[in-house]
Amino acid sequence: MVALTENVALATSPAATRRAPSRLGDRIFRAAALGSALLVLVVLAGILAAIAYGGWPAFQTFGPGFLTSSAWNVGREEYGALVAIIGTLVSAVLALVIGVPISLGIAIYLTQLCPGWARRPVAMTIELLAAVPSIIYGMWGLFVFAPLFARFVQVPVSNLVEGMPIVGTLLYAQVPSGVGVLTAGIILAIMIVPFVASITRDMLDQIPTVLRESAYGIGCTTWEVVRHVLVPQASVSIIGAIMLGLGRALGETMAVTFVIGNANRLSASIFDPGSTIASRIANEFNEADGMQLNALMALGCILFVITFIVLIVARLLVRRAKVA
Amino acid sequence: MTASSTPATVPAMQAWGRVRSGRRSADRALKVLATAATVLGAVVLGSILLMLIVEGVRGLTPALFTEPTPGPGSEGGGIANAILGSLVMTAIGIVIATPVGVMAGTYLAEYGRTSKLAALIRFLNDILLSAPSILIGLFVYTLMVRPMGSYSGWAGGVALAIIATPVIVRTTEDMLRLVPGALREAGAALGAPASVVIRQVTWRAAQTGMVTGVLLALARIAGETAPLLFTALNNNSWFSPNLMGGVPNLPVMIYQFALSPYDNWRQLAWAGALLITAAILALSIVARVVLRGGKSR
Repeated sequence: MVALTENVALATSPAATRRAPSRLGDRIFRAAALGSALLVLVVLAGILAAIAYGGWPAFQTFGPGFLTSSAWNVGREEYGALVAIIGTLVSAVLALVIGVPISLGIAIYLTQLCPGWARRPVAMTIELLAAVPSIIYGMWGLFVFAPLFARFVQVPVSNLVEGMPIVGTLLYAQVPSGVGVLTAGIILAIMIVPFVASITRDMLDQIPTVLRESAYGIGCTTWEVVRHVLVPQASVSIIGAIMLGLGRALGETMAVTFVIGNANRLSASIFDPGSTIASRIANEFNEADGMQLNALMALGCILFVITFIVLIVARLLVRRAKVA
Repeated sequence: MTASSTPATVPAMQAWGRVRSGRRSADRALKVLATAATVLGAVVLGSILLMLIVEGVRGLTPALFTEPTPGPGSEGGGIANAILGSLVMTAIGIVIATPVGVMAGTYLAEYGRTSKLAALIRFLNDILLSAPSILIGLFVYTLMVRPMGSYSGWAGGVALAIIATPVIVRTTEDMLRLVPGALREAGAALGAPASVVIRQVTWRAAQTGMVTGVLLALARIAGETAPLLFTALNNNSWFSPNLMGGVPNLPVMIYQFALSPYDNWRQLAWAGALLITAAILALSIVARVVLRGGKSR
């Protein structure tokens, strides 16, 4: 309404005619901005459409059984997604369990404990960790971390728990080579730490200093300030940061491909090799054709849906917490 | 809680002492653990850099920068073709992503603001930002590689552009939102149309932040491997100038060579890994210095 009356007023005034050419430029600029923004929407829809189109034959052939079958046999053209889905979820959850406490620790160190002169270099170090390409993490995981992990963790732990109920299955390595689902989880944890830590740090920094100072002023210790003042204030953003880390861990490809062992079998032990959706696509896509290609596209479709759900949940959590 | 659960018969002093020691140890535990987490992060980064230097420096020969990658089983060779291929595709990616990302970010911050469409696009941009890069590889494979019948550097560049765009959209919007509304109002009060205000006032005020966004996007796509696997692939020779066929690039070369049985291939992979990491870390540092320079001004 307001815009309309403005237009009428401008059209009647002589100034409007003089300004006409620039108004056209204005409109073109606005259209270009809108077009670019809509392109984001189109690309995302295109990704979903392309992957769903490619995976459709596999969904059609195997039906809902595709999700629950653990078969992956190229010779017999039998494909199922279960092993890859479980590998993806387990490695991502392990990454969160290991990575989130470390991230929060780093954020607390940077905002509360670090002496002023060291803040910048320490923060820079953590942020550089985020810039290291994932393939480098893969090489580090395979050539540096895995041998150490096999020698100092897998072998002793396997010897210790052998024969014990539950733990004996969960933490027993049949072949202690260092690669496996847990190794992938640890590498993923290291990769998500800088993201979660730097967002959390930014949020903690934004909390008004007065709040912190008054808590310290009534005699709170650093732990109490963090636990009762800072964390409740920033909880919403911390959840958002963790969800972002989860999304990244679910879809991470190259690092996982190096260290997860790429085996298609369901194992109860997190020391054993497995595979994730992304690692399987990376390994097999270039040599695949026919139904295998469709099955890989279908896997991609499942990964898209899982990631999408995680991010939507993150948004809903954030919104609800904001209202509360 | 602690105070109310303390039995009344216990002398007040004793209860206070116990609470205080509990508070103290919790505090000390937090400090130790938080410091340990930070040290762990620094140790990992140090360990990665040490690994790259120890394994990679030996491979830094003049031939590395002049000769193309060797075929399977042949001696020597360099990674000149992969370096050039990576530069070309990263350039294509950033040239496509920068205008689209800046304009989309401008729409969100200046035109759309709180509208439903802007909220939807903002939400989807955040999803695209964290979408698994391998899915973008599958998308571009279906969109370009299959119809064109061949892997190409163009497909690789487009895949990288799709990864870079959301980064630029996000930083552009964030930086434009930091510009005070009074500046825009001052521009509008002089009679400037919205597009002029945005270009001459808002963009200028947010310039350093937007440049940082582009640099960060550059650092992000320079090391991306997964989207190139099915789009540019790799190639052990020089690529044709029209960029059709497999275009060699550093990340996929590293992936293929690092796991190969040939000693010279593995050596080249380490040298490539050292180069690409050094370049990306340098780029990230420059981006932060640019941002800080802008802030202090």
